Amino acid sequence: MPISYYLALSAVLFGLGVIGFVFKRNIITIFMSIELMLNAVNLAFIAFARALGQLQGQIFVFFVIVVAAAEAAVGLAIVIVIARNRQSLNVERINLLKL
Amino acid sequence: MTAQLVIFLVLAAIAVAGAVSVILQREPIHSAISLIAVMIALAGLFLLLGSEFIAAVQIIVYAGAIMVLFVFVIMLLNAGTEERTNMSRMARYAGVPLAIFFLIELAYQIGAATLSMTPQPTGEGVTHGLSMLLFQNFVFPFELTSILILIAILGALVLAQRSEGVPAKRGQE
Repeated sequence: MPISYYLALSAVLFGLGVIGFVFKRNIITIFMSIELMLNAVNLAFIAFARALGQLQGQIFVFFVIVVAAAEAAVGLAIVIVIARNRQSLNVERINLLKL
Repeated sequence: MTAQLVIFLVLAAIAVAGAVSVILQREPIHSAISLIAVMIALAGLFLLLGSEFIAAVQIIVYAGAIMVLFVFVIMLLNAGTEERTNMSRMARYAGVPLAIFFLIELAYQIGAATLSMTPQPTGEGVTHGLSMLLFQNFVFPFELTSILILIAILGALVLAQRSEGVPAKRGQE
């Protein structure tokens, strides 16, 4: 079966991640949308690695996963601080910088 | 219709359904569980593409560690139902169809542009080749990621610790 099926699926998942990022109001769910986008990109990397017969794509996925883990740890710490200070997880209430 | 295609279609359906569910669910915990389903389906797809090591890492690190962190924070913060947004009329009638159209168009174009690509046969011992590459050609980035993880641990600790002796929190009055 052609690689393009995987790439089309990756595009759909990435687009759904973008839609979630734009439409959701809960800051934790927005973070989950980012993770969804990273996963979609990982699928594209693996599909291309298979199509080109090389392993570098898989190495890149490895690094993406590591960076995603670090990002999740720091991001969720920020979420905890925001929730403690604002008593809300709604991004529309987090508007101190808004004019 | 080969068995491979059937497996692909089943896993792809699970992944897309899970991703839609992440967006549509109102409770963050339901979104998190849907995302775990997406990640497990993606691990199956990685296996189908012949990368066993990444599939295992996907399950262990993503579904096992990162999502547990998410679920833990959701429960810690007692995150309740998301408030309904009063979506404006323009967003409902123009934004949502446009987003769906964009999604289908993007998937179709990417699929059509790469239709000629076929999977190369993978040799024996993908994991062996991966480790040789990782610890020879990519050893410097590999060591850099350990520093990144260390910085992330310190950052998370500094951010999340309860500060003492600091004037009363703002935004609470």
